[in-house]
Amino acid sequence: MRELALHIMDIIENGINAGAGLIRLNIQEDRRKNRLRITIQDNGRGIPREILDKVTDPFFTTRTARRVGLGLSLFREASKRCGGEFKIDSRPGEGTTVEATFQMDHIDLAPMGDLTGALTTLMMGSPEVDFLYTHEIDGRRFVLDTREIRETLDGVPLNNARILKFISDMIEGGVEEIRGLQEKGGEGIED
Amino acid sequence: MAKLTIEDLKRIKEQVKKDTALREGGATVKITVHMGTCGIAAGAREVMDALLQEMAETDRQDIRVVTSGCMGMCSSEPNVTVEVQGHDPVVYQGMDANKMRQVFKRHVLLGEVQTDFALARMKEESPEEGSAEQET
Repeated sequence: MRELALHIMDIIENGINAGAGLIRLNIQEDRRKNRLRITIQDNGRGIPREILDKVTDPFFTTRTARRVGLGLSLFREASKRCGGEFKIDSRPGEGTTVEATFQMDHIDLAPMGDLTGALTTLMMGSPEVDFLYTHEIDGRRFVLDTREIRETLDGVPLNNARILKFISDMIEGGVEEIRGLQEKGGEGIED
Repeated sequence: MAKLTIEDLKRIKEQVKKDTALREGGATVKITVHMGTCGIAAGAREVMDALLQEMAETDRQDIRVVTSGCMGMCSSEPNVTVEVQGHDPVVYQGMDANKMRQVFKRHVLLGEVQTDFALARMKEESPEEGSAEQET
């Protein structure tokens, strides 16, 4: 995958396919510690214990359409080759959490890429699923909760093109703001 | 960029509600973008982005866009399936943003199947799986 955003999108798709109603995505960029942490948590049906050990094996899949399962194994390898760690935890009936860390200045670290596009694409394809996206940069935080947006929408579906444009602008503006402030040396914004 | 507020969202919602009320009715076209790992790695997000832009520009409210997983034809990804009511679904292969725009404008809006990128025409709603009929 040429962007981290594509890995994120792929892992979230797994959660959606597992029947999740809420996806929590947390991205933490800590430049002092030189660490990027990506956590994706879903409340889908979870992975049985006997399968959990095998899910990062590229030649294991529960699907019958093909014989390889690359999503999790690619994400794990991306993290490992950037001096990071990869963890997956799952409880049947409760959901799955995938966490990957990366050394931020590692030469092999792929760019984050178009995360906004990845999220709006997921929302467009699965409008019934809610997203809680938290992005932290050196302690400053941006939060997007589609459950709050949905309350305001009053029945209008999330995947209406104009609503998605609004969400997209909101994410772009919000992340730019926490990143920009920090780069300028930063006056505080409210968490 | 000016900060977006909840008031902006309310305004957009009211506009969308007004427009939708004028054109009630169910979906007559379903577009499926296949987004397994293979599809995503091959560029399905760019295809979806292009589709989103086309959707924003059309007045048609009867088009539904969904995503699905891999259908087992990883080498021909990104794949997109277009189902127009009353016609057999058509699977497109090797899609990119431009091809998606073309398929949207010609097939979805005008009903002209774009055979240049078509992989197969599926038998509609067959009870048995794997009934893809190779056409091109």
